[in-house]
Amino acid sequence: MSRFIVIRLLQAIPVLFVVITVTFFLVRQAPGGPFDADKPVIPAVKRALEAKYNLDQPLWQQYTSYLGDLLQGDMGPSFKYPGWAVQDLIASGFPVTAELGLYALLIALFIGVLAGVIAALKPNTLQDYLPMSAAMIGICMPTFLLGPLLVLIFGIWLDWVPVSGWGDLPGDKILPSITLGAAYAAYIARLSRSGMLEVMSQDYIRTARAKGLPESVVVAKHALRGALIPVVAFLGPAFAGLLSGSFVVETIFQIPGLGRFYVQAAFNRDYTMILGTTIFLSTLIVLFNLLSDLLANWMNPRLRQKIGGKA
Amino acid sequence: MSLLEVNKLSVSFHTRNGVQQAVKNLDFRVDSGEILGIVGESGSGKSVSCYSLLGLIPCPPGRIDSGCGLFKGQDLLAMSEAELRAVRGNQIAMIFQDPMTSLNPFLRVGEQLIEPLVYHRGHTRAEATERAQELLDEVGIRDPKRSFFSYPHEFSGGMRQRVMIASALIAEPELLIADEPTTALDVTVQAQILQLISELQNRRNLAVVFISHDLAVVKDLADRVVVMKQGECVESGPGKAMFAQPQHPYTQDLYAATPQGAKAVESSCSEDILLEVNELRTVFPGNGGAAQPPLVAVDDASFVVYRGEILGLVGESGSGKSTLGRSILNLVQSQSGSVRFEGSEIRGLPANEMRPLRKQLQMIFQDPYASLNPRMTIYDCLAEPLLFHKVASAANVQQQVLTLMDEVGLDRRFVRKYPHEFSGGQRQRIAIARALASEPEFIVADEPVSALDVTIQKQILELLLNLVERRNLTMLFISHDLAVVRYLCDRVLVMQHGKLLESGATESVWQSPAHPYTQKLLASAVTL
Repeated sequence: MSRFIVIRLLQAIPVLFVVITVTFFLVRQAPGGPFDADKPVIPAVKRALEAKYNLDQPLWQQYTSYLGDLLQGDMGPSFKYPGWAVQDLIASGFPVTAELGLYALLIALFIGVLAGVIAALKPNTLQDYLPMSAAMIGICMPTFLLGPLLVLIFGIWLDWVPVSGWGDLPGDKILPSITLGAAYAAYIARLSRSGMLEVMSQDYIRTARAKGLPESVVVAKHALRGALIPVVAFLGPAFAGLLSGSFVVETIFQIPGLGRFYVQAAFNRDYTMILGTTIFLSTLIVLFNLLSDLLANWMNPRLRQKIGGKA
Repeated sequence: MSLLEVNKLSVSFHTRNGVQQAVKNLDFRVDSGEILGIVGESGSGKSVSCYSLLGLIPCPPGRIDSGCGLFKGQDLLAMSEAELRAVRGNQIAMIFQDPMTSLNPFLRVGEQLIEPLVYHRGHTRAEATERAQELLDEVGIRDPKRSFFSYPHEFSGGMRQRVMIASALIAEPELLIADEPTTALDVTVQAQILQLISELQNRRNLAVVFISHDLAVVKDLADRVVVMKQGECVESGPGKAMFAQPQHPYTQDLYAATPQGAKAVESSCSEDILLEVNELRTVFPGNGGAAQPPLVAVDDASFVVYRGEILGLVGESGSGKSTLGRSILNLVQSQSGSVRFEGSEIRGLPANEMRPLRKQLQMIFQDPYASLNPRMTIYDCLAEPLLFHKVASAANVQQQVLTLMDEVGLDRRFVRKYPHEFSGGQRQRIAIARALASEPEFIVADEPVSALDVTIQKQILELLLNLVERRNLTMLFISHDLAVVRYLCDRVLVMQHGKLLESGATESVWQSPAHPYTQKLLASAVTL
């Protein structure tokens, strides 16, 4: 098992290196710079600022010194928030985004698996069509439409929950989590339905029925585990997507998370902030993919032994 | 009163393509302590009839049109799902064809074994565990305590079928339905499982319904036999008497189609060596760990193939016979040794030098369902090699395709049809025609008839014999089926664990096998 993890971690190094390099040079190609604001800055001041942040050096020199700092855990100072280091900004925004992402994922899993399994038990009937049509709508509906819709219905008309904020009023975490999780719930529903349909046609399900087991046991004990393996394998990319894709929801609901920093940094040409956030999220994506792969392999006894202790 | 009495059972499947009558007015009965054999070809309704009694066919599309199945006087077909569930696995248990897929790969063997006791008899898990370990011992599983906690993939096919039998018998049912329980197993393992079923049946006074396509298996085992064709019972009666004198023409056909005895015609085998294999070695690399060490699939195999002969290659699954066949044709990379075809070395030739040789060296595969491209019509499938190897020109390719179809016995009308529109036997004819298209000298036929019903198998074997004769072909015929090999082949090679153990003229090997493994193999074979 440890061998497998080490290999995967080593494979991540070139991936991250490419991400860093490509991002570094791409953002520099974008027109404008961090100090080109609406109000022009005096050339002398601009030169002084650029000298302070080493922007006057040749590009490759900036690149190597950035890599050197990064290896020591220093992502550099933010250009737009003077006095803040990028890693400190990430540390302040990430817990909120992570919490939002986690709730969204739990909602997506609960609704998605339930809907998928229910649909798969009676394929091509109303019990299948209803949840799957809802899933289709969930996949098609963009977050920036669903969010305001939910706010309108549950926040304004029904007045059940607050319309914005995070952790200020009771219940204000509900709508953002649902908004963010909806599309993933829909996708997980489709994954679990197809997984379930495949497993339910296996010979060993027939064996379980031939033993006279109640249908609930056949489904929960014999079918569910195999059916959920594709869902588990999807969890890694899903959580990564939730983290990096949360900025729309964070903007709609005024949530002080990482996503908003990320988007603002792009508009501001805050080079170090863009790079820092990208590297941080890429690392998370690599890690979560590894984790969900490990979990999916562990769920299959055959693979567990292949990569596990006996190897 | 019989234990199970089935009267006028009719089952149909209602699909978009129309209604298919799977079982028609079927009657049979089973008494306690008796083995009833149900014999028929695929699609004859033998499995459906038993599954429908226990509510195990999907409804819809399945529908039970009429009939009753009295089990100890109670009609199974009139029971509610809950009542039926109390019978399934409790009083009537089942074992299935493929032990590889019939056990849940995600659950430990023990967990699957104790389920009937826990759910039907309300045993505690501790009691059930103790009983399960006793039973594992009884069905011949070594180290039952440890095996109880193993996963299915840790067992071989035969061992898994033993586990299946244990899980079927744990609740001490009165009736066991065994659906082709040995079809997926090697012949030596089949012999062990058949013996086990027969022992357990005797010891427990169990009634058994034994479903099989194989007359030879049923003949030795069953007290009474029902022969089914297209959903109907065509003949039934005591086993011994029926096999001595089959009455119905279909039973006679089945009987005649089952390969038995020696090759009828002495072939005109020359002393001219077509292919010479020397110390051929093929190794599949493992993953470097101890869990998957490198596998020596072909271990220094040496033999010759004479022009015009059919050479049989016999072995059980995993013996490396398919890999040997593919290594000869450079379809699998071999590590060392030599393969000389008409005197020149062909092993390890690069693909571009191999390509012209492919015209002379062809292959027929086992599964005609998987080896034909589903998106190519027969015309495309046959025209491709004809044109590629320049056997035909654009002008006469159509004519050549039709001639080939005539030769393998396919109706010319089908030329624009796709593989899925054909039956298994017809598809294998297409595959044979495809192999013949380039006018090869040497064909490797890898289990070409093992996916086919026995009457179809007979036709394909006749076709192969005929073609070999007419076109002066040389063939390496790979098979696990000893009766087929004896019927078809001039000489035979016996393979185990990658090694060739014995070779010789077929009849002399059959009469006096030299190697102990060959002796065991021949002793395990069930024959009519």
